[in-house]
Amino acid sequence: MLIGRTQDIAPSEITPKQAWLDRRRFLGAAGGLGAGLILGHGAGAAPLSAAPSAFSTDEPKTPKEDVTSYNNFYEFGTGKSDPKANAGALTTSPWSIKVDGLVNKPGEYALEDILKGVSLEERVYRMRCVEGWSMVIPWIGFPLSEIAKRAEPQGSAKYVRFETLVRPAEMSGQRSILPILDWPYVEGLRMDEAMHPLTILATGLYGETLPNQNGAPVRLVVPWKYGFKGIKSIVRISFVEAQPRTSWMISSPREYGFFANVNPAVDHPRWSQKTERRIGEGGIFVKRRETLPFNGYADQVASLYSGMDLKTFF
Amino acid sequence: MAGARHEGLTRVLPPVWLVYLIGFVPAVAYFTLGIMDRLGADPQNVLERALGLWALRFLVAGLAVTPLRRSFGLNLVRYRRAIGLLAFWYACLHLTVYLVLDQGLDGAAIWADILKRPYITVGMAAFTLLVPLAATSNAFSIRRLGAGWNRLHKLVYPAALLAALHFLMLVKAWPPEPLIYLALVAALLAYRIVEPRLRKPGARGRAAQAR
Repeated sequence: MLIGRTQDIAPSEITPKQAWLDRRRFLGAAGGLGAGLILGHGAGAAPLSAAPSAFSTDEPKTPKEDVTSYNNFYEFGTGKSDPKANAGALTTSPWSIKVDGLVNKPGEYALEDILKGVSLEERVYRMRCVEGWSMVIPWIGFPLSEIAKRAEPQGSAKYVRFETLVRPAEMSGQRSILPILDWPYVEGLRMDEAMHPLTILATGLYGETLPNQNGAPVRLVVPWKYGFKGIKSIVRISFVEAQPRTSWMISSPREYGFFANVNPAVDHPRWSQKTERRIGEGGIFVKRRETLPFNGYADQVASLYSGMDLKTFF
Repeated sequence: MAGARHEGLTRVLPPVWLVYLIGFVPAVAYFTLGIMDRLGADPQNVLERALGLWALRFLVAGLAVTPLRRSFGLNLVRYRRAIGLLAFWYACLHLTVYLVLDQGLDGAAIWADILKRPYITVGMAAFTLLVPLAATSNAFSIRRLGAGWNRLHKLVYPAALLAALHFLMLVKAWPPEPLIYLALVAALLAYRIVEPRLRKPGARGRAAQAR
């Protein structure tokens, strides 16, 4: 086992964190960007290295330009191009995540401290939006279970609740006079979903730190669920006993369920979920493709829902 | 005095064919950009929505003709047929993109959509209402139908309302744009109810007092 990655030595231990930071700072400075960008005072992306993962799909990736310019991030406006246009205003450093609820070790965890202890992987996942389009995105991140490892949830914790930053001064959508959604944006997972190895917290995509419009500096990615479950710019993770009420459930409970598993057999009340348009594939002549149960991850996750009526628990 | 001013304005107004020419610019532009794959990440959706939105814009413009004439003295009636037909042609293009490009002429899927999806049902209803209006938008029909023509063309009211509703029903949450269009249509329809009452002498007096 000389070649394979071993459980006990994380790459972060092999390469001291400071060396990584210095390297990134050097590259940034060399690129004429200045260290400020690397420290996160802008939307500049810094290179991010990650190990490949067996969970990755080998489907053609959606062009980076599309992944970073066609976004739903209502904190920056409801238009698809609004996030890219407006998210530059967001300051993502310093960044910490409040971990609380039914845990032995609650606290305010600095993101850089969390990142010191994890090994980043590249996960090329399909992403299916509830609106009927999809992408293939090379995320970089680490399993969400790493957070649980640190916080030590108690036996009574049944769900994980997530919150997005509320900072109207930097998030134009939160200043909207029309009520868009209930801020903070809230999402949730059942404990077994949260601990599933496919579930990651992403800090990058396409080999670089996350652009702000994609949820910098840290977001959730749950590839078998509709994209809106992938909460962005997370500032709070709570381990709780009761099922969290998510923003979309509050907005329209008939249309958006807690589970939101990708399911061609359960239509959105207003539109079909049987097919999807793959972004970046064929221009205006793109042909719809069949949507797969659990977005094609049924082999890994269908067992989590055995015995459940997925029409009721949509 | 006021009449002379409007005659002057009417003289500088451009010919009707120019409205058609300019009116089709967005369609040509969107199809050209679409074929060049310059419509962003989800070009089919952009094309489909843009055509639908222009249909709605022309419906709103058509509904604005009467209020502009009655309350602002600006007579654009000579363009109303062009505006209405543009709305119809954009609705046709919008529907064609949905049927051919989006659904790939999958008859079963389209029929299921029309029956099961309220926003598709509403959109189809709006389009259906526009068909007899487009078919009778000519001098021959006006002569032939007489007073019935005016009654028939009141169908544009429900058509515009359904079109605005169709837009609102396909979005998530409450983005401003569809709400703005629905408000515009509602205001232009409300004008038809309110304005004749304000014209009655008694009502006019009350309105003046209220001001």
